[in-house]
Amino acid sequence: MNPKSYLAYTLGYQLFGKSFLSWQRHSDERKLRAIRPAPDDPLNPPLVGTARMKELMSRHYLEGRYANGVRKVAWVTSGAPIEVLRALDFFLIYPENHAALCGARRHAEGLAVEAENAGYSRDICSYARTDIGAALSGRTPMGKLPRPDLLVCCTNICQTVLYWYRVLAAHFGVPLYVVDTPFLYEKVADHQLDYVLEQIEGLIPVAEKVAGRRVSRGRLQEIMEQGKDCAELWLEIMDRAQHRPSPITAFDGFINMGPIVDLRGEPETFAFYKELLREIDRRIEQGVGAIRDERKRVLWDNLPVWYKIGKLSRHLGAKGVNVIVSTYTYAWGELAPMMDASDPMRSAARVYLHPILNRSTGDKLRSMREMVARFQLDGAILHSDRSCKPYSLGQIDQRDNLANDLGVPAVLLEADHNDPRVYSDEQADARLDAFVETMEAA
Amino acid sequence: MGEAKWIGIDAGSTTCKAVAVDAAGDLIASRIEPAHPVIEDQAARLVDELRAEAGAGGEVPVVATGYGRKLVRGATRNITEITCHARGVFRALKQPGMLVDIGGQDTKVIVIGPGGRAVDFMMNDKCAAGTGRFLEHSAARLSVAIEDLGPRALGAVGEESISSTCTVFAESEIISLVARGAKVDAILLGLHRSLISRVVAMIHSVGLRSPLMLSGGVARNLAARAMLEQATGQKLHLPEHPQLMGAYGAALVGLESGADR
Repeated sequence: MNPKSYLAYTLGYQLFGKSFLSWQRHSDERKLRAIRPAPDDPLNPPLVGTARMKELMSRHYLEGRYANGVRKVAWVTSGAPIEVLRALDFFLIYPENHAALCGARRHAEGLAVEAENAGYSRDICSYARTDIGAALSGRTPMGKLPRPDLLVCCTNICQTVLYWYRVLAAHFGVPLYVVDTPFLYEKVADHQLDYVLEQIEGLIPVAEKVAGRRVSRGRLQEIMEQGKDCAELWLEIMDRAQHRPSPITAFDGFINMGPIVDLRGEPETFAFYKELLREIDRRIEQGVGAIRDERKRVLWDNLPVWYKIGKLSRHLGAKGVNVIVSTYTYAWGELAPMMDASDPMRSAARVYLHPILNRSTGDKLRSMREMVARFQLDGAILHSDRSCKPYSLGQIDQRDNLANDLGVPAVLLEADHNDPRVYSDEQADARLDAFVETMEAA
Repeated sequence: MGEAKWIGIDAGSTTCKAVAVDAAGDLIASRIEPAHPVIEDQAARLVDELRAEAGAGGEVPVVATGYGRKLVRGATRNITEITCHARGVFRALKQPGMLVDIGGQDTKVIVIGPGGRAVDFMMNDKCAAGTGRFLEHSAARLSVAIEDLGPRALGAVGEESISSTCTVFAESEIISLVARGAKVDAILLGLHRSLISRVVAMIHSVGLRSPLMLSGGVARNLAARAMLEQATGQKLHLPEHPQLMGAYGAALVGLESGADR
């Protein structure tokens, strides 16, 4: 540990930073409580708990600024097996989450252009371009990202990450550990589990070498347990959307999912979701919905359009459409039942083989059909995401199946999760409005 | 001819259309003009003209559709082209089925259910491939008048393959073909093929149904019609005024809403 870094970490983060962010959260909570929506606002007042989410995420990135020299830093993909890393007290950066924050704060385009100017094609995922642009330029709305000591990439979400992390490895000159997960066309086979297990076990000595310490099996079990608790709680929150009117929207889910991705298993994350659940339950008791007049309940498939969350929720809310659930936010909770602290490594292998993006398109369709029934949905918006080919693949057939076999109006919305240059307000509105008209006529 | 009860305005990307219907829902007057950059003024003028021509001197309520629908002043409602085209074509052809509307900026495939309601639809993505703009742009590059596109393509001897469905890349291909001495008519045939292949892909993504109907400006193009029939194996049904179906449907939606003046 570098004493200078430690001093800066203690003063900047532990002492002043955390106190300031805690004060800011109180102030945000007061502001959120004071919101009285205009009479024509289609949305009910926002969830006050969101202030805590902002505090957690700001604190995380603030710690990141001071992390180098104090904690070992790993940059990881959203589906990476982080239990080993957390057990070794790595500070984790999720470039995808960082890119999403850049997208929501309207910084993604400028950063993506940095990557494009360096020769990266506009056909590459906009998360990758945003992050590579941030790495190349050193710019980020989060202030500063810590330099990684280790990169861990798992291919269970896409193949782009493989090349993206190789770029990062070359840029930072640090080791890259790749966990390859075979795609599950059908049920998982034992040899696939063994294959992934072997790789997760293989991560241990690599991470231990970087961390300069040994991992304890007991700590691994504890971390798996904490991760499971958080994922179960998140799932419970998502499932509250079954109530009529739904107390939450999928957009609330997108906004509040940062901690379940970045800080999965942290005690603060558990406390935050517990409090959020209490607030949601109060809404249910009072019969308050997330939108004022919920006439249609809709599913969102794929990543959000980060730079249009507010616009889309108001546009649809004004038409009485509540987008209550999404396959994407659900993905962070649905694997909770597979997590088993008594056998953390094997259960990790199972969990990291099963993200929605590593399962067949038919499996995703089954999930969507099941959601339609369980959440009593009137329609589905399938975001055809130019940047996320694995998620968008199969959507034409999935849409066709929902519309024609299930009789649930469904629309393909052409957009991109992070690149606003791909989005056309007029064209998107025309599709969504026509979709709402078909639901109303159904 | 009855007196105008409702007016529908379809403020499209290429043309602006206005239709007046009488109490029976019959089309009694219409206008079609190239789209003006100031949609509000153009729509207001067209409404005034129709009121003067077919109204009884009083106010005739307006329903607006098309890309500029939110800019039509005084419209009682604005509804998307999907619903309006479905309603207009259903009334004109008196049958449910599958409607293909190839417009200037959008191509839509709409499944029309009983009563003329839009049950399902698909629109082209952000790119102009598979829309009227693709042909319009290419025609300009080849100095061919839009109304001559279809007949010349049909009369072509041989066909030049246009591999790109992208309007901009297709233009590069056209330049290369012209430079190589390819015949203009053969290029036109290839362009139509490229457009129709894109439209047929959209039809299949929704699931081809009979009868197959066609509306929009490209319905006037004989080559596009013939090639669409050939590619789908379906006979195409066309309303009398394919370009006016959006505006007509908008007026019908107003009439059916019962909120008569």
